[in-house]
Amino acid sequence: MPAPQPEVSVAPTPSVAANPLFPFVLQLADTSLILAHRLSEWCGHGPILEQDLALANIALDLLGEARSYYQYAAELEGKGRTEDDLAYLRSAVEYRNPLLVEQPNGDFAHTIVRQFLFDNFHYELLKALKNGPDAQLAAIAEKSMKEATYHLKWSSEWMIRLGDGTPESRQRLDKALAVLWRYAGELTTPTPAETNLQELGLVPDYAALLPAMQAHLAHVLAEATVPMPTTPAFAQQGGKQGRHSEHLGYLLTELQYMQRTYPGLTW
Amino acid sequence: MVTAAATAPAEARIWQLLEEVSDPEVPVLSILDLGIVRGVAIDGEQITVTITPTYSGCPAMNTIATDIRLRLLAEGYTKLVIKNQISPAWTTDWMSPAGRDKLEAYGIAPPIDGTATGHVLNLFDKETAVRCPLCKSAHTHLVSQFGSTACKALYQCDDCREPFDYFKCHS
Repeated sequence: MPAPQPEVSVAPTPSVAANPLFPFVLQLADTSLILAHRLSEWCGHGPILEQDLALANIALDLLGEARSYYQYAAELEGKGRTEDDLAYLRSAVEYRNPLLVEQPNGDFAHTIVRQFLFDNFHYELLKALKNGPDAQLAAIAEKSMKEATYHLKWSSEWMIRLGDGTPESRQRLDKALAVLWRYAGELTTPTPAETNLQELGLVPDYAALLPAMQAHLAHVLAEATVPMPTTPAFAQQGGKQGRHSEHLGYLLTELQYMQRTYPGLTW
Repeated sequence: MVTAAATAPAEARIWQLLEEVSDPEVPVLSILDLGIVRGVAIDGEQITVTITPTYSGCPAMNTIATDIRLRLLAEGYTKLVIKNQISPAWTTDWMSPAGRDKLEAYGIAPPIDGTATGHVLNLFDKETAVRCPLCKSAHTHLVSQFGSTACKALYQCDDCREPFDYFKCHS
């Protein structure tokens, strides 16, 4: 006779929700919020006015997407926390975004590579979520995918311009890709929590997203005359489980400053 | 005080009032021109207006919800619910023909149906040919897919040299 299974508690935070989808929706929200914040740091500093506007536009789209996820996460959790509580009153170890999106902006090439690696995943993820079993997630994905299409087109074209551009732009792109490629693998490497949800059919199977992602990556790199990286893409991970690089703490300090300093502030 | 309007709210009257609420970013358009009002439901004294966001991060949505509330409150409707519905997702196909004409007269090129960026692999593809809203020339070029607000792209006219906004197709 099998012994009763011991209770395994992997997440000691008090915010463990009854709804199994809650941590995943929160992870999607954190991912979009942190990247939106990073992109918004460019505002007023873009290389030319039109691209400054593009960066701010993409930041705004991601912020809107993050709000939809946070609102839904708050509803799933059902403990009275609001979207603002989730965004402004959680510490770095509670954040569940992959490490890629919290990496600093660097130069324009660095931002483009980070964006391209994310967009290529984001677009395929939204496509899968749009056809997923959860109606609310499907609705958010349907909405956001229209916007993510423009993002991926924009970052793909910039990858090609920089890679097949001047020796200076090429050298910067190569350097950025060498650094950021190590963070790309975390996007499609499921955590134990994600694996559980994948088995329940609630989270898309990342392996199924890979062929389309790889095809687009190969196409863009070929057009950019940049060789495919040969180092493993999964060297750096842990963000989705709350193990972050030091950058996230600084980012949150700025993002959460007003709510931390003036608790409950509204306008 | 209970006004006559509040006791016998007629749906047609509500739609009439919504026509008077304009988009804060493009004040020449009413929210009906823009196609973001999904429905009006009347249940006793309670009025529910369902709206749908244009873009996920559109900062005008909160203002629009407040403006709807204020317009209806001013007519004596006090039990109001403004609901936000994201699915089916908004598309520029829902923009009224009158709205398109108003946009062009205002200096913004209206969306051209069927030109949304749907194929990500078509990089550097042919630009949508957009007519200059000022001199009506067809000789224009895309400056950036991302313009002054999320819903617009930036174009320039090659004849009159004016830069202008194009309300991009979103479907």
